[in-house]
Amino acid sequence: MKILVVDDFSTMRRIIKNLLRELGFTNVSEADDGQTALPKLQSGDFDLLITDWNMPGMTGIDLLRAVRADEKLANLPVLMVTAEARREQIIAAAQAGVNGYIIKPFTAGTLKEKLEKIFERLAA
Amino acid sequence: MTETTMDASLEARLARARALVAALEQGDELEADRVLDEIGRVRQSVLFQEIGRLTRQLHDALTAFTLDSRLAQLTEQEMPDARERLNYVITMTEQAANTTLNVVDEVLPMVAELSDKTVSLSQRWQRFLQRQMPYDEFRELSRDITVFLNSLDQGLQRVQGQLNEVLMAQSFQDLTGQIIRRVIELVQQVEESLLQLIRFAAQQKGYSAPREKDPDAKDAKNVEAAGPVVPGVDKAEALSSQDDVDELLSSLGF
Repeated sequence: MKILVVDDFSTMRRIIKNLLRELGFTNVSEADDGQTALPKLQSGDFDLLITDWNMPGMTGIDLLRAVRADEKLANLPVLMVTAEARREQIIAAAQAGVNGYIIKPFTAGTLKEKLEKIFERLAA
Repeated sequence: MTETTMDASLEARLARARALVAALEQGDELEADRVLDEIGRVRQSVLFQEIGRLTRQLHDALTAFTLDSRLAQLTEQEMPDARERLNYVITMTEQAANTTLNVVDEVLPMVAELSDKTVSLSQRWQRFLQRQMPYDEFRELSRDITVFLNSLDQGLQRVQGQLNEVLMAQSFQDLTGQIIRRVIELVQQVEESLLQLIRFAAQQKGYSAPREKDPDAKDAKNVEAAGPVVPGVDKAEALSSQDDVDELLSSLGF
């Protein structure tokens, strides 16, 4: 399982990476915004994308849309982990095809639960 | 107006008046009309100049007014908002510091206790290895070792859990960072507005202010990133918990 974590704050990337390692996912790469993430995704056979929303350069929602618009990446599961908590934003993310949505601050339990849910759906 | 131009204009008016009187005395109606027309034209152009001056003043006043209203908005609304946001940053950093310190308070004595037990057990173990231990004492030692291994396992699990708590507490850096960035933007806007006001006051020229981004317009574009929700400041329809988010998503068929 290869995972890409995208967040402009390196502390948050480290936190998510640590939590993922705790859950048994050790093959984790990082990017600090959509612009750097997209080429990595296109060239790197990732199995899951975990992304923040509010980032300079290319935001998470634009990254999500770009992923869905890319033939090769269209089916990549995307989990958003973000402080953006407004109703319209969550609806917009859902419409753009997000697979899970976690608002910051979050707990290790929430991350585990949402990941399990995504994998359950994929298996079904 | 300088004295010479005033003299010149007085001279010109006197010359026209004399010409008019002369024409009337000579009964030259045509010449009299021509001089009168000329006087009228001069008066008109003075009027236009005056209107032009007033228009410029109005324009300047309006420019100053828009500057003032932006500053007023900044001071009345956004500055108190920024204060709230920064207070929230203090609260969040305080929480993170307390969480971390609590973990240290709990973990340090636990580790110290385990360390003491280890020292005492290893001393007894050495005695056993040197065959200086009677059988009864060895039975007691092996019982103590079993108990110790058990408590070691529990202790390490607690340490692991506590370290995870420290890990999660660090998320404050991301959230407060986003909030502080917004406040920095605001400070920049205030700085620009003040600079414009100073330039305007200094030059009294028709200085047109660069168009500011209207923060309300930004909020209206609802899917743009707005950063973390700050309680008491962000009144927009924000969901406060993961449960609310899950509920909304499941209502959308997730």
